Order: sequence, then structure tokens, then C-alpha cells
Amino acid sequence: MGVEAREARQPWILLSPALVAITLLLFVPLGFILVYSFWLRTATGADVAGFHLDNWAEALTDRFYRDILLNTLKIAAITTVVCAVAGYPAAYFIARSNRNKGFLLLLLMLPFWVSYIIRTMSWINILGVSGALNSLLLWMGLIDEPLAMLYNEATVILGLVHFLMPFMILNVFVSVDGIDQNLESAANSLGATRVQTFISVTLPLSLPGLAAGGLLCFVLAAGTYITPLVLGGPRDAMFANLVFEAIITQLNWPLGSALSLMLLAVLGALVLVYNHFLGMAQLMKGMG
Amino acid sequence: MTGPRGKAGTTLPLRKARDLSTVKLTDIEKRFGDYVAVHRMSLEMPEGGFVTLLGPSGCGKTTTLRMIAGLLDPTAGEIQIDGKRVNDVPIHKRNLGLVFQNYALFPHKTVADNIAFGLKYRGVGKSETAQKVKDALELVQLPHVAERYPRELSGGQQQRIALARSIVIEPDVLLLDEPLSALDANLREDMRVELKRIQERIGVTTVFVTHDQSEALAMSDQIVVMSAGRVEQMGAPQDVYNTPGSEFVARFLGASNIVEARCTARDETSIVLEAPDLGRIVIPADRGPQVNGTGPVKLVLRAEKLALSEDKPSDGVISHSARVETVDYQGQAARYFIRLGELQLQAINMIDTHPHGEGSEVSASFRPSDCTVLPA
Ligand SMILES: Nc1ncnc2c1ncn2[C@@H]1O[C@H](COP(=O)(O)OP(=O)(O)O)[C@@H](O)[C@H]1O
Ligand SMILES: [Mg+2]
Repeated sequence: MGVEAREARQPWILLSPALVAITLLLFVPLGFILVYSFWLRTATGADVAGFHLDNWAEALTDRFYRDILLNTLKIAAITTVVCAVAGYPAAYFIARSNRNKGFLLLLLMLPFWVSYIIRTMSWINILGVSGALNSLLLWMGLIDEPLAMLYNEATVILGLVHFLMPFMILNVFVSVDGIDQNLESAANSLGATRVQTFISVTLPLSLPGLAAGGLLCFVLAAGTYITPLVLGGPRDAMFANLVFEAIITQLNWPLGSALSLMLLAVLGALVLVYNHFLGMAQLMKGMG
Repeated sequence: MTGPRGKAGTTLPLRKARDLSTVKLTDIEKRFGDYVAVHRMSLEMPEGGFVTLLGPSGCGKTTTLRMIAGLLDPTAGEIQIDGKRVNDVPIHKRNLGLVFQNYALFPHKTVADNIAFGLKYRGVGKSETAQKVKDALELVQLPHVAERYPRELSGGQQQRIALARSIVIEPDVLLLDEPLSALDANLREDMRVELKRIQERIGVTTVFVTHDQSEALAMSDQIVVMSAGRVEQMGAPQDVYNTPGSEFVARFLGASNIVEARCTARDETSIVLEAPDLGRIVIPADRGPQVNGTGPVKLVLRAEKLALSEDKPSDGVISHSARVETVDYQGQAARYFIRLGELQLQAINMIDTHPHGEGSEVSASFRPSDCTVLPA
């Protein structure tokens, strides 16, 4: 075997454990789900194997599913925009603080040491009827009755923003941190004010990070099921809650499979569009 | 070569057709916390001049340049451009051209848009901008790259574009921070000539930062040698080179022999030295202006002023026999390390036919008037 052939094989040998794991843990179950989605659940509760399009017909035509899918995408979009608008300045600040960069990044990672579920539930202690905020307002005499602040769409978005903000900040940080500060100095020296410099140099050069952060936030928000469960009301179910409902509560695996593949297809299409314009490499930068 | 429009047709103002600016630093100081990067520095740069800040890495050249540019605030002192204090003028209003070692071209803009960047903020119209961009590209001899992106150009081309971008705005002062250091050796020498040609043509007052002595000597009207945040010496290249004002300058610029000696007498016209192995040397008084009494001194002799020959040299020179220990052959010249009694000296001599061989006996001679005397 020649040197070149050996070198060409080397990456595959190094990758193989990961490839085996991904195949076994991701693609095999995904294959099962695809097969399941064409099975049929009878009234007796038994699943009938075969190639039936009934689940797909229900998932694709029922307005109930469509509305929840659109609502899920809307919540994901709002979450993404809030994360971008609030996260960008923070990321910029961290990237440009030469002395405390490491410390600030550590603070950013700190929330990851606490379970996401606990972080989500913590809002109940803050916004609940006997939570910190209501207690404070009552004590200050601003209100007589506790306010019902929880269990609506706004609290779902709040929870999602809380969860996803670090992902956005990290991605934008990587982008801004990679911009040569001499570019900004050059723009300044050529007559651009700091704001003009930001608009014409810094922002365009950090768009890849913003896009990567946006994609991550959107996909993770659209696939969430714990946040609406903990912080949402009865009408705030998101698409993943439907899948959970179908599979765990109704034990209707075929329908649940079709629904989950539908969500996968929508989010997958989004990733493909992103990949077409920016490539996956940018996403990897922001996650590592 | 000046491009098809020729000198007269360009929209870039040429030397004398514009007001030139002076730069004046008065007691400038810069501290980073407790660390003093620049100590009370005062400098006056003449209008249209090419002044080089020369010194080893970390001596405060960039810091000084960034203070002039307005990228750093001096901790103390005053900066004047054209007689007006600019300490409180923000960078975007200083009208300076800034060129960096790494070019700092905007990667998301074409070459034309890079060059036009500064014109946008000066309210220059569309057709005038196009004309100025074209003229600037011709000035840097790259008339055909307007629509390309910086990454599609070589390092030397990118540096020319960076230069074009900074001069198209007709800056009062051009500030260059090691603009040639990232280029490889051959290109660097070409760009050196090119840069000087452009600077002379537009006549802009220029402050150039480098750690490369040959760049400084070749390009400058005035060299400011810096060390550890202080000015060691300033003056015309020949003066700084031939009459180093300190041991640091003697060692930093070129190759020098520095010999401990004693001054035994000094009067209006001459300094009398007693140096080990070299004996008594009488040096013209103007070669040691800082020496004002007798006592220990340092004798500085440039390596290329120490001539080696096989036969006895002529009169008027000091000559001693020495032995060649090492020869560093450089083609047209050679650098010799010779042993003269207890002294090891270096000599750089042009080679006539072949260099002196290692181990050969030669006579090493120099003129007292080529020496410099510094206080010990
Ligand atoms: N922002 C800064 N904070 C702290 N120290 C700095 C800063 N900028 C420069 N220095 C220090 O000041 C000294 C001079 O730096 P600089 O002007 O960049 O040197 P040069 O350009 O001559 O190589 C160096 O010792 C450098 O470490
Ligand atoms: Mg520097």
C-alpha cells in the first residue's frame, strides 16, 4: 500500500468509532421510525405492519397539526430574534474585553453546569403566584393580589431565551473575536465613526456567527418540549409536545413517527438552506 | 511609470500643489498600568518629511504611532498636527492615512470599494470617486484589480492597495506601521523603492515604523532611534549611522566594534585615547561631543571602516597586525572576525578577487576620524 493510499484511509480509521456510534444510535432508530410511520394503529391498540399512508395523510392535512407547527416556528423565530438582539451586544462586549475575556466566557458557561430542566423550573420560583417577583410586589404594596405571570406564550419564550442565549452569544463571540481589530482602526482612520465602522465592517464580518447562532437557536427552540411543558399553559403546546403525546400518552407510535419526521423535514430543510449559503464549517466553529 | 494619464492628469494632488503638515510631539508619555511604554518623548517632524521610528521590537514604536493616529490616548503630553493640538480630536476627524503590517483590507469589499471607503465619508460624488479610485490604482501600479477581492491578491499587491486606500483621502499625515515586514525579502526591497517613490510624488508628511535598519537608512529623511520607550538619537540617516550617539545605537545600526578605552587628554580640537592593544589614538574633537573630561570612554569603530590588507597601508591611518579567525563570505563583501592582541574585532570589507583566508596574518587599519568616542 502506497503512502498516499494509507494517508487517504487514515481519517476513516480515526473516524470509524464515531461513525459506528452515529449509525447505531441515530440512523438505525431513524430507520425504525421511518418504517413505523407507514404502519397502522388499529382501534384495538395493535400496530399493523405494512405500507399505509394514513398517518401521513392525517399529519399533513389536519389543521390542528399545521397550526401547532406554524405556532412552533413562530415561537422559535421570536426566540431567535430576541437572542440575536440581546446576545449580540453581550458577545461583542466579551470579544472586545481584552482583560476579562476568559472569565466572562466562564460565566457564560456556568449555566450549563445546572440541568436545563432545573433552570427552566427556576422561573416558577421567580414568576409563580408565590414566587419572588409577586412576593416583592406584594411587600412593596404595589399589588393586592398575586399576578398570574406564568403559563403563557411569553413565559415559554422567556424560558427558551434563557436556555438558548449562551449558544447565540458563543457563536457571535467566535465571529467577532476573529475580526482583526486593525480593520476597525483602519475604518476609523478613513473617517468612519464608531457606529459607521460597526455597520460597514464589524457587523457584516460577524454575520456568519450570527447566522450560525440563529440556526442553532431556531432548531433547538423548534424542537423543544420541556419548556412549554413547564412554563406554558394548556394552549401553548409546541410540536414536540404533540409527538410526545402521540407516542407516550396514546401509545400511537405510527402517528408519532410521522409527526416527528415532519418536524425533522422542516428543520432539515432550514439547515440545508443555511449550508448552501454559509457551509457547516461556521456552525462547527461556534460549537467548539 | 506613471500610468496612461501621466503626472499632470491625476486627481491626486502632487507635492507642492497642497499644504503639507507638520507633526509635533511634546513630552508624550504612555503608561499601561504601571508599565511605561513611552517615556516623555518630544519630536518635531518637518512638513513633507519622511521620518522613521526605528528600534527593536517592544520599544514603543507602535504605541507612539497609535497615539499620533488617535487610537491610543497619551497619558501625558501634547500632540500637534499642523500646529493644532489634536489630543482630543477623535481618530475619524484627524484625516490621517494608516497602513498596517497585515494590510487590514476589508475582506468583504472589492479592491475598488476598499479604496473608495474613506471617500464615502467625505461626501465625494460617485463619478469623482470612480476617478480617484482609478488614479490611486494607477499610482500604485495595479490598474486592473479594481473588481477583485483582497484575498485574490498577493501580499505585495494587498499592501499596495492598503497604501492606495490611505492616500486617496489626501491625508495630512501618512502613518505606516511596519508595512513591509510581512513581505518576503526581494519583494520588500522593491516595495521600499516603490513606497518612497509614491511618498515623494505626493509629498505627504510620513511617519514610518520599522525594526529594520536597512529600511530606515534607505528611506528616511530623519531617523528616530528608540529603545525601551525612549528616544536614543535622532538625525539624518548618515549622521545617525556615522556618528552614533550611544552604544545602543552603535550596536543596533550596522556592525560596530566597541572598545573600552581611556581618555587621557581633551582639548578644543582633539581627544587623546589610550586603548588596550590599539595604543594611543588622537581623534578629532567633533567625533566625541559627549566626552568632556578624561577618564574611561568607549571607542566605536564601524566594521566597514576597519580595512584588512596583506601589505602595509599608507600614512595617516592606525595599523596593527592581526590574524583572521573566521570569514563569513557574503559574495561581494566578507565579514571577518579578527584577533588583535586580546581584542576580537569584526571587519566588513569588499572582496577584490578572493577573501583573506582563515588564519592568515593581515594588517588591520583605520582612520581616527572614522571613530566615534562615547562616554563609558
Ligand atoms: N494595550 C497594551 N497593554 C499593555 N501593554 C502594552 C499594550 N500595548 C503595548 N504594550 C507594551 O508596550 C510596549 C511597547 O509596545 P509597542 O509599541 O507595540 O512596541 P513596538 O511596536 O516597538 O514593537 C511593549 O512592551 C508592549 O508589551
Ligand atoms: Mg510594533
